[in-house]
Parts: sequence; C-alpha cells; structure tokens
Amino acid sequence: MKLPIGFKIAAIVLVIYTLIAGLLMPVPTLAILNETIRNLYYHVTSWFAMITMFIMAFSYSIAYLNTQKDKYDTLAKIFVQVGMVFGIIGLVTGMLWARFTWGSFWVSDPKLNGAAIALLAYLAYAVLRNSFQDQLQRAKVSAVYNIFAFVMMILFVFILPRMTDSLHPGNGGNPAFSGYDLDSTMRMVFYPAVIGWILLGFWISEIRFRIEKLSNEES
Amino acid sequence: MRQIISTLVLMLLFTITNAQTSQPEMADLMRENGKIYVVVGVIVLIFLVLFGYLISLDRKISKIEKNRS
Repeated sequence: MKLPIGFKIAAIVLVIYTLIAGLLMPVPTLAILNETIRNLYYHVTSWFAMITMFIMAFSYSIAYLNTQKDKYDTLAKIFVQVGMVFGIIGLVTGMLWARFTWGSFWVSDPKLNGAAIALLAYLAYAVLRNSFQDQLQRAKVSAVYNIFAFVMMILFVFILPRMTDSLHPGNGGNPAFSGYDLDSTMRMVFYPAVIGWILLGFWISEIRFRIEKLSNEES
Repeated sequence: MRQIISTLVLMLLFTITNAQTSQPEMADLMRENGKIYVVVGVIVLIFLVLFGYLISLDRKISKIEKNRS
C-alpha cells in the first residue's frame, strides 16, 4: 500500500482547517449543548475514521481468505490497530462530552455500551492473533474472526441502539445532528473534517505497513 | 474673527487630547476578551509539530526503503 503524496497534503490541510474553522466558525446556539456542539467535528469524525479503518480491515480479511497473500493479512491487522486508536479516541472524547451534557462520564446507554462491546470485540482480535505460533493458522483464523468482529461492530453500534431508547443523538427516535441542527455552516466544517481525519488514519496505516514490511525483510 | 479662530483652535486641541486618551488601534486579535485565538494558535502549533514529525518519519522510512532496494 502506497498512499499518494497528495492525500497526505490533503490530510494536513483538512485537519488544520478543521481545527481552526471548528473552533472559530459560528455554530447554532442550543440549550445544554452550548459550545460543545463543536465536538461534532472531533468526536463524531473519530468514529467515522474508525469505521472506515474497520471497513478496510474487513475488506483485506476477505481478500486474504480469497488469495492467501500475507500482505493482506498484515494490512488487515494494521487497519484494525489504527481503527482501535480512533475508536478509543471516540470513546474517551464521548465520555468527556457526556460528563458536561448528560451529567455523567458513562451512562448505561445502548449506544455507549454497544460501542464499548464493539471495541472489546476488536481487542479480542489482537489477543487472538498473539495466541498463534503458526503464521498460516494465525492469518486464516484471525481473518475469519475479523469478519465476525466487523458484523458485531455493525450490530452493536448501528443496529441495536436504534431499536431501543437511547440518549445518544441518532438513536431511538432522537434526531441526529443531520436532522435540523447541522446547518450549512456546520456542514462546511463537518465534511472536510470527516475526510481529513480519515486521510490521517490512512497515512498512519501506510507508515505502519511500511515499517512492518521493512522488519519482515530483515528477519 | 479672532473668536472663530480661537474656538477652532480649542476644538482642534480637544480632538487631539481626546484622541490621546482613547487607545490607538493595534493588532488586538490575539488580545481580545476571551482570547480563544490564543487557544486556536496553540492547538494549530501542536498539530503542525505533530505533522512535521509524521512527515520526517515518512521520509526516514522512504530512505530506508531506498537503501534496501
């Protein structure tokens, strides 16, 4: 995997733009949320980046099972790791946001618990990988498990919270920000932010992959 | 005539002294109440350094890759 230089420049420009515009552009004034509505550019986009990384990992696991190429197994592993980093960022920033809008760091909410379970499912992927001595066996079993973990993630983050009541926007009848709060000025920051954080995730994954490749050549 | 001149001089003096008491316009963006621009500056600096580090890592790896092949 080699990322074109333009993508890296775009990642820097978009993330810096997000930081400046996200803090300074006008936002809708809403009760309780107040200025914290700006977290949309950082908290929500982290989850978008995580999902993109997990989709990549999922695709590479399928590609590995089809072709048995070691490269795809390595890429799947790296995308899971980088996705986990964004997921942990999403979870921790969400906790801080919840403390000052809902009143508590953690509420027993289907969306929050679902996100935690999804991350634990991916943590199990890392544990599973380390429990194999044989490389072929490790690659095959963890590819199968990764497909399972992806389905679990979709189920726990996107489907189950929508079927019950939830505090979290976009679930259980609560409107998401896209409903009526996300006005056109917020969109001008939100969409570049999503792309910027995702590209940053790709860049970090690319560096991780190149390091992995170099250390494999050495041994 | 002298009265008009003296009133004009007085008015001029008044505007000059008045101008001296009010603050001259300077680049006050970073010193405005709230000072949010300072925070934005700090965050942007941190990220610029982090990106610079990421670029240097990227180039180091490219160099090693070139040496290998």
